[in-house]
Amino acid sequence: MFDFLDSGQYDLLGAFWVTAKLALYSAIGSLIWGTALVGMRVSPVPAMRAFGTAYVNLVRNTPLTVVLVACSFGLNQTLGITLGGGSFEDIGFRLAVLGLSAYTGTFVCEALRSGINTVPPGQAEAARALGLNFTQVLTLVVFPQAFRAVVTPLANVLIALTKNTTVASAISAAEAAVLMKEMVENEADALFAVFAVFAFGFILLTLPTGLLLGWAAKRLAVKR
Amino acid sequence: MSSVLYDTPGPRAKRRNVVYTIGFLAVLGLAAWWMLSAMADKNQLAVEKWSPFVTDSRVWTTYLLPGLTETLKAAVLSILIALPLGALLGIGRLSDHRWVRVPVGTVVEFFRAIPVLLLMMFASGIYREYTTISSDFRPLYAVVTGLVLYNASVIAEVVRAGVLSLPRGQGDAAEALGMRKGQTMMYVLLPQAVTVMLPALVSQLVVIVKDTALGGAMLGFTELLSQNRQITANYGANTIATFTVIALIFIVINALLTHLAGRLERRLRQGKKSAAVNIPAQPGATEVKSDAISGA
Repeated sequence: MFDFLDSGQYDLLGAFWVTAKLALYSAIGSLIWGTALVGMRVSPVPAMRAFGTAYVNLVRNTPLTVVLVACSFGLNQTLGITLGGGSFEDIGFRLAVLGLSAYTGTFVCEALRSGINTVPPGQAEAARALGLNFTQVLTLVVFPQAFRAVVTPLANVLIALTKNTTVASAISAAEAAVLMKEMVENEADALFAVFAVFAFGFILLTLPTGLLLGWAAKRLAVKR
Repeated sequence: MSSVLYDTPGPRAKRRNVVYTIGFLAVLGLAAWWMLSAMADKNQLAVEKWSPFVTDSRVWTTYLLPGLTETLKAAVLSILIALPLGALLGIGRLSDHRWVRVPVGTVVEFFRAIPVLLLMMFASGIYREYTTISSDFRPLYAVVTGLVLYNASVIAEVVRAGVLSLPRGQGDAAEALGMRKGQTMMYVLLPQAVTVMLPALVSQLVVIVKDTALGGAMLGFTELLSQNRQITANYGANTIATFTVIALIFIVINALLTHLAGRLERRLRQGKKSAAVNIPAQPGATEVKSDAISGA
């Protein structure tokens, strides 16, 4: 039943390796972009607040598929942006990282904002009383506590991101879902086995993330 | 709007904020100018690329509206099937019997851990090999199946959390009245849990509407997003304009749903306040909103 694994026709490990890389790069990108967005959303400058709010509300309500396909058709094929060139799949991969970061950043931003709300106001007031300015209050006092409070929501965002990497198959980044589509078409008599293999692969990717970050959330939680 | 994160701006801070605003707008303007000039280079800003969406009703009647209908059809079908199934799974997970709780829990956790696209592709393969559903309807069936399997497990968790969030006394009181377990769930716990869950359920609708687009990109489902090929083919490669319009339609639908969820939540909270006049407030159920740093 599982003999398609031995045929050497499919590069299963390679496909999941691309999925893992896609998830890792997008996670880094979306964490940075999400932190920047939340900084804008709570900043004293009205223009930044307006931009942050508008961006989050617009992008969060757009389907990820639309974001990625628009990256591919719009940015790449129409406007000729290749993000460094290379093969079709390389460009697809980089566009997918860009699109996933832009999309997931909004969810990171919302998670962090709820984390900022868990920090007692006395913390920020004390910091201001010491004469710290906005950037110092945020980076030295509020963010370190907020990050520790949002490990669990961020873990959920990261797990959702790992699952969302499959959407990159729509713009031909050579990850797991592309291979599964091919195998579903070629191995019609082993459908259940194919599905089991890919399901197992994704559980293997997401389960440790959840367990590790769940443990970290308990360790890092601010005891009040 | 004032915030505890920064002092009320004095004259110097006000001047500095103006400088930051100008700097930020300059960066934004530069990015926008770069994008627009890139579009102008490829002739994407030409009026005839955008005007069909306003002047030519056929774009809407032939492509966008039928696509939107398919999107909404898949979303509504999915939520209608997923809701009762999710409620059943959620109650099953709360069962006193181990032989119900454990298998249901495994099923829920399994389908929550797997990308919905894989479920759709698998369902599509199954329908192709083992059923006689014509290839015209197969994408719709596959999309709905994938969405139902995934969202039913998510709804199961929402239902479980909703029931568990109720005060213990509710279940105990029903038991003391001599109600059976089924009666306790049907007449006491679920009706109260539904009001708690409603906002989360409406937000789940947003997820469903967004995920239908997957079927368009990967399974040949003729929903809203997939119409971009037809439109750009018939109206002179107006890619940017088409994607802008499609994204805006999705955004409007989802923003309306989010708005609805917010209104429901506020109304439910008000309802609770008025009920609290008659019933003494439950300890631990009060929300400490004033402790929050930013009210934004």
